Amino acid sequence: MTNPTNSILIRNARILDPSQGLDRAGDLLIVDGRISKLAAAIRDGSLPPGTQVVDGAGLVACPGFIDLHVHLREPGYEDHETIATGGQAAARGGFTTVCAMPNTRPAMDNASVVDYVLRRAREANLVRVLPIGCVTKERAGQQLAEMWELAQAGAIGFSDDGNPVASPHLMRQALTYARGLGLPIINHCEDLALSKGAPVNEGRISNRLGLAGCPAVAEETMVARDIELASLTGGRLHLAHISTAGAVELVRRAKERGLPVTAEATPHHLTLTEEWVQGHDASGPLSGPLSLGSYDTSAKVNPPLRTRADAEALLAGLRDGVIDAIATDHAPHAVTVKLVSFDDAAFGIPGLETAFGSLMGLVHRGELPLDTLVARMTQGPLKLLGECGKGLGSLREGSPADVVLFNPDQEWVVRGAEFASKGKLTPLEGVTLKGRGVATIAGGRVVFSEVAGLAAADDS
Amino acid sequence: MVTGSFKVAAPTRSSLVDGTRRHVLDLDDFSLEEINLVLTTADAMREVLGREVKKVPTLRGKVVVTLFYEASTRTRVSFEEAGKLLSADVINVSSSGSSVEKGETLLNTVRTLQATGADVIVTRHPHSGAPYFMARNLETASVVNGGDGWHAHPSQALLDLYTIQRRLGRVRGARVAIIGDITHSRVARSNLWGLTTAGAGVVLCGPPTLLPQEFLEGSHQHDGGPLASVEVTTRVEEALEGADVVMPLRLQLERQQAGLLPTLREYSKMYQVDERRLKRAKPGALVMHPGPMNEGIEISPQVAHGAQSMVEEQVHNGVAVRMALLYLLIGSRQAGVS
Amino acid sequence: MSAEDMRRAIARIAHEILERNRGTEDLVLVGIRTRGLPLARRLAARILEFEGRPVPVGALDIGLYRDDVSLHSRPIVHTSDIPFPVDAKNVVLVDDVLFTGRSIRAAMDALTDLGRPRTVQLAVLVDRGHRELPIRADYVGKNVPTALQEEIQVRVEEVDGGEGVVICSSGEGS
Repeated sequence: MTNPTNSILIRNARILDPSQGLDRAGDLLIVDGRISKLAAAIRDGSLPPGTQVVDGAGLVACPGFIDLHVHLREPGYEDHETIATGGQAAARGGFTTVCAMPNTRPAMDNASVVDYVLRRAREANLVRVLPIGCVTKERAGQQLAEMWELAQAGAIGFSDDGNPVASPHLMRQALTYARGLGLPIINHCEDLALSKGAPVNEGRISNRLGLAGCPAVAEETMVARDIELASLTGGRLHLAHISTAGAVELVRRAKERGLPVTAEATPHHLTLTEEWVQGHDASGPLSGPLSLGSYDTSAKVNPPLRTRADAEALLAGLRDGVIDAIATDHAPHAVTVKLVSFDDAAFGIPGLETAFGSLMGLVHRGELPLDTLVARMTQGPLKLLGECGKGLGSLREGSPADVVLFNPDQEWVVRGAEFASKGKLTPLEGVTLKGRGVATIAGGRVVFSEVAGLAAADDS
Repeated sequence: MVTGSFKVAAPTRSSLVDGTRRHVLDLDDFSLEEINLVLTTADAMREVLGREVKKVPTLRGKVVVTLFYEASTRTRVSFEEAGKLLSADVINVSSSGSSVEKGETLLNTVRTLQATGADVIVTRHPHSGAPYFMARNLETASVVNGGDGWHAHPSQALLDLYTIQRRLGRVRGARVAIIGDITHSRVARSNLWGLTTAGAGVVLCGPPTLLPQEFLEGSHQHDGGPLASVEVTTRVEEALEGADVVMPLRLQLERQQAGLLPTLREYSKMYQVDERRLKRAKPGALVMHPGPMNEGIEISPQVAHGAQSMVEEQVHNGVAVRMALLYLLIGSRQAGVS
Repeated sequence: MSAEDMRRAIARIAHEILERNRGTEDLVLVGIRTRGLPLARRLAARILEFEGRPVPVGALDIGLYRDDVSLHSRPIVHTSDIPFPVDAKNVVLVDDVLFTGRSIRAAMDALTDLGRPRTVQLAVLVDRGHRELPIRADYVGKNVPTALQEEIQVRVEEVDGGEGVVICSSGEGS
């Protein structure tokens, strides 16, 4: 981050900060990249000269969102996304910190790639990028990566994301070794011998569409294994994008046992179901005819979209804290790898720009309190980040000025073509969402703004 | 839940009856009236097939392209013959010797074929849903699904319906036993739609590893659609009891290799339709097979070539049904006339 | 035309056919679906009555031969049913109305696909004019001058449950 000299006053917004249990109308002053003052009313006379004043009426100000799980594709897959375009997408989605997964080319299994990612993030100068290193060399699941050196370079945890750590022995060693560094192992839980890389959930939709099905147990057996290994080793385990009711239950029991386990869920697993592969209107009986929109590759994601019961269990887990954090698993792809047959299509949904709006649907329907949603996008991720996230996710005076301003009632229509991300295909294309981030301030710098009187840094 | 809260316009149903159907992708969107129209039209086509000079000028100036990404003899030849007997120009594209081999994407291939003037693209693809992908990316050409992955094979299901109709005089009320690898069968899936729409009773039978979990658990019975009446059993004797039509499916060796079956030998002992087991079906029950047959595995050679076997008649009827489909899809579309 | 007018016209045409072909030797009647077929059957019944000899009657469906299908609602194609060879026969095509001549053109194509008749003759109940092709009928029940936008409906008991020929100024008639 640069050291901005300008100051910003957000006046008369609803200030929501779960880190302080705060939810009240007030003013928020940002000076030199830090939260300077938070009060019911800040007098004009006390402002530094040149302060931008923003009318926050009707808006909510809260700590910038933290995403534990994004794919920025750089280095190696710059036609799918770059740190700059992914950073813009994050800013537009209200995120001020994103954790970058290491499935780049070359993979982030050595310090020089971490250095490169951090340098590109500095050059992009948008949001904070925290790199996640590999668990194993080249994510091949054979030999541990040099985790100490990765940590020295700035890695905040380790994952072979996309590839599960298949060997229980290696997973045990990884948890043990990383424990010594105080960092978590983040696993994508999928027993490939059970899932066989199938493109949709196993069940009524896989049968209806004649597609190979990925059963829920393929996830659950590995979640159960990893929880026992965490228990054995005392190493910190973070479960990426859990998607089934059974996995939620396993995490719940692990937490009851006091194990060092955290879990995340994605907006799409919380709000969409397997029917979206068949087409939006497929919630009727199995027997409904398919349409030309069926086999929607934009809804092809790993883990696959599951059933309504799974989504409801995830939501219950999110409410009561079994699931610690929302993570988008933002997985952008160039259209060329999506405009193919369903089996050939790449897995992944670009989620940064629709995450907040689609989750606000849960809030508007009374299924999730707003402060819980904000907590799972700000405080929850800190449980994984630990020391690496110190000072983030809060509007306390003196904290880095990571702030998002959102309008909870603004309706907008999702248009992939308008995304900053290079991933333009979304299952939510054409859908109206209610709730939108309208300005994002990262480290005191305005990285996105649709608010009158608040100019984004690039425009000034 | 986000699901259910979005307003998405219900698709208006297109039909061959009023000339609004552009694609034939499966039978799940065929009404009974539409199926009957195809079968009636197939009768007329069968008369043409019986002539000394088997050719009519109906589709003169139309271009039918067969685009096959998977080996097939009978389906491709059947469509080719159907097109030619109706005087269409038929062009065969297969995955060797064309740009398909050079790595051209499916999208570019079908768009190129449309641009060259194809009126119909008949396609087979190993991936379920590929014809839907083609259809949604074409503005003028029709797509006819000649078999996609495990999903659908509508022309096969129509020719099966036609064969039953001709031989039994009716489909409604007939008991049809489909036996074998249901999970991986596009023929079974399309037949489920066609047979239930036409009022037949369907029994699915196979080893539990080759039946979709959903049918095995019976959850389809609570689904409220036409499939609710489908019976499921793992015992072949039970499936055959009183059947009017017996349809063993081709069992592929790769199911054994994938660990879904101990051996083909055990399968044939448990599930082979042989003369002894066939006695449980109604006297004169029709034996139908989508081909190619593995004689000695899912069907005994005696039954495959016995008096009740409809296999060759199915192939013959297949040409008539595909002529009917091509005629009904593009017969009324005239160049230069709106 | 009343039912009685139709009956008389068919009787006259039957006589004319016999006269022109000098009896029933090598004579076959082919009715064009849908309404030409019952008319052909009636002609055959008259001929049997007059001569005491049956003539074969076949049914011809021209759906696969039409060149004007998109101008109409799509015809349902039925089976042609001509259970005798037409080679070297005197074939009388029978239809209800002669209008543009396109149906007859299609019928002649369909017929010649089935064999090579010695002659092909045409009998129609009504000739309403407005030909678009050089085709004329050999036997006509009644010439009815019409305007292009008018519709002629022939009703026969076997198909329509009633008898007669009516002219409608325009409308739904087929």
